[in-house]
Amino acid sequence: MAIPTFTPSTKPSAAAHLSDEQIEELGAELDAIRAEIVDSLGEADARYIHRVIAVQRGLEVAGRGVLIFSLFPPAWIAGTAALSAAKILDNMEIGHNVLHGQWDWMRDPRIHSTTWEWDHATPAKSWKKSHNYEHHTFTNVRGKDRDLGYSVMRITPEQEWKPADLIQPLTNIGLSLIFEWGIALYDLEVDRVKEGSKSKEQLKEDLKGLWRKARRHLAKDYVLFPALSGPGFLHTAAANLTANVVRNVWSHAVIFCGHFPDGTETFEEERLEGETKGQWYVRQMLGSANLSGGRLFHIMTGNLSHQIEHHLFPDIPSNRYAEIAPRVREICERYGLPYTTGPLPKQYAKVVRKIVRLAFPGGGEKPADVRQLPARRQANGTPIRLAG
Amino acid sequence: MGVLGTFGQRARAAAGWFTHPLLPDDLLSTLNPLWSTREPHARVVGLRRETADTTTLMLRTGRSWPVHRPGQFVGVGVRIDGVWHWRTYSATSRPEEPLLAITVTALPRGAVSGVLAHGTPVGALLRIGPPAGEFVLPQPVPEKLLFVTAGSGITPVMAMLRDLAANRPEALAGAVLVHCDRTPTDVVFGPQLRALADSSGLRLVERHTAVSGRLTPEELTDAVPDWPAREAWACGPAGLLDDLAAHWARHGAPESLHVERFTPPATVADGAPGGRVTFTTSGITTDTAPGTPLLAAGEAAGALLPNGCRMGICHTCVGRLRTGAVRDLRTGDLHDIPGEPVRTCVSGAAGDVEIEL
Repeated sequence: MAIPTFTPSTKPSAAAHLSDEQIEELGAELDAIRAEIVDSLGEADARYIHRVIAVQRGLEVAGRGVLIFSLFPPAWIAGTAALSAAKILDNMEIGHNVLHGQWDWMRDPRIHSTTWEWDHATPAKSWKKSHNYEHHTFTNVRGKDRDLGYSVMRITPEQEWKPADLIQPLTNIGLSLIFEWGIALYDLEVDRVKEGSKSKEQLKEDLKGLWRKARRHLAKDYVLFPALSGPGFLHTAAANLTANVVRNVWSHAVIFCGHFPDGTETFEEERLEGETKGQWYVRQMLGSANLSGGRLFHIMTGNLSHQIEHHLFPDIPSNRYAEIAPRVREICERYGLPYTTGPLPKQYAKVVRKIVRLAFPGGGEKPADVRQLPARRQANGTPIRLAG
Repeated sequence: MGVLGTFGQRARAAAGWFTHPLLPDDLLSTLNPLWSTREPHARVVGLRRETADTTTLMLRTGRSWPVHRPGQFVGVGVRIDGVWHWRTYSATSRPEEPLLAITVTALPRGAVSGVLAHGTPVGALLRIGPPAGEFVLPQPVPEKLLFVTAGSGITPVMAMLRDLAANRPEALAGAVLVHCDRTPTDVVFGPQLRALADSSGLRLVERHTAVSGRLTPEELTDAVPDWPAREAWACGPAGLLDDLAAHWARHGAPESLHVERFTPPATVADGAPGGRVTFTTSGITTDTAPGTPLLAAGEAAGALLPNGCRMGICHTCVGRLRTGAVRDLRTGDLHDIPGEPVRTCVSGAAGDVEIEL
């Protein structure tokens, strides 16, 4: 994993027309939405997450139970489908959101960001650091947000092209299949050890943590439950592998559609200096893209289909994003900002097209009429506090 | 038991490999919360209205819940608008009874006590903590007993009286209960206490403060002239308990008076100006107002903190002080030695402070 280098952007930001005052007004409007939602959290929300957790556990127990008879093809199909759905729910609507602290307000030690562990290779603790802190704070800032291409892909034209990038369409397919392990390795931050900003001891510590979790993770899916199937050992192991791959491909697609499709922007590191809350909100909106779909679709994406709303309010319970979305969209329209959204196949096609295009040199806009964001604003807002 | 215990532990550890990353307990509690041993629950199966503002909740607990001793309290968690709130109440049932009874008086402006006393239907699920507290009768039971209670202070004593009536009627025969409340109809367990006095030989002295005013130690000693010969248990408002403690210290044997301070601490606000508190485990930092307990401030900021009685009795909420100083809100004592255990429920920040929780 090499440390990517970047060249300055050649494209004007979609927020270039906004004055400082407008940006702060927009920030105040979003703050007001946030306060209103936080204030209205209550019993119905608590019932929602309890229900999702109960459904997830039911699906998992049923799926694994049916897979004891995996030699019988209909059982294999039904069991694999239930287990795939359970794993997707566990990671997306439950794990990711609980680990964001979205449900900490319930003060329930059973559903709390500090006690939760998920059916994912990467330990909750490593995830909270790399995702909640780094990705959500430095969203789409080139050189700071390691989620931009996950240090293995060229996902923005400002990133300098290397010959190794030629294979990235294949890398993408491979990553999609093993996504949870990709994330686990990526959370080890081996690139930072090379760069010198992370100690070898810390890496060793993290490796131990990963191993402690991963051995149970692997034993469960590939030894213990297959063993329960007796002669169907291999069938059950294959079913579990399939469920893991289905979950990986699904979460990879949803997550890549969150920040990489056309219409999302990346930013220069200088922008972070003295960034106000309003500017932070604008960066989150311009750097994220939504997916459109029905209620079940939103739940299965962990409501990351409301990526824009999630990035504005990462610690607001995910079941509320749907009601916030039209209001955020209206704000975007009023301030002349893009609000990128579309169905999953269309958005994912855009991501793939971008990955293929950027496998080759160039790919940026023609450097005509460069209007940068008015750089180096004075810090006139409150410092950013990222919850979760 | 030892062999079975080890076997049970091994079985759970083995099952844990199958339920990873969850624990077997997580799955069991999803099916039936009463099966959980990690987060014990109880179901409300009966309600008894004691007075206009006091209700007894009859609870069915899980099998693993430990039996209380008469006089002990339990933490009770109730979900209100999605948020868990914990308060402490005395068990008022006898240990052998199949249902656990807790008796709750709705306090004026008490959001939690009001919901428990008036807004918790039969069938509701509560969470409960293990029984705790040292306000219990010793074994063997002293021959001459005196109980002094006021208001809802009768609740721990009621468990003792019921237990004595069932198991040690001879100890109850010569005992005295001096109980204060505003009017006869305000007396929690009034009819039961009067019936018990009639049937057991317990001497009941009811004092109605709306007519006769607050009980003074002198009036108490007039009513119970042989008080120095008795082992005394007292529970009620802080003012009464302070008076009794002073009286016993001056005229009697202080060690023969046992008190349960069952009211949230009266805060000594001027000693704890507040400050920024950081909980090191979660990394949560929040500003606390003067006189606010660290526990309450942390919970409001979303931290998950151990808690029990919430009034400085049970030591469940203790965390070590890393840096800074805290003040005990009840006594005003300052604690600033790094590594010192701090009861977060009754300690306020005296400047910026870090707590290892």
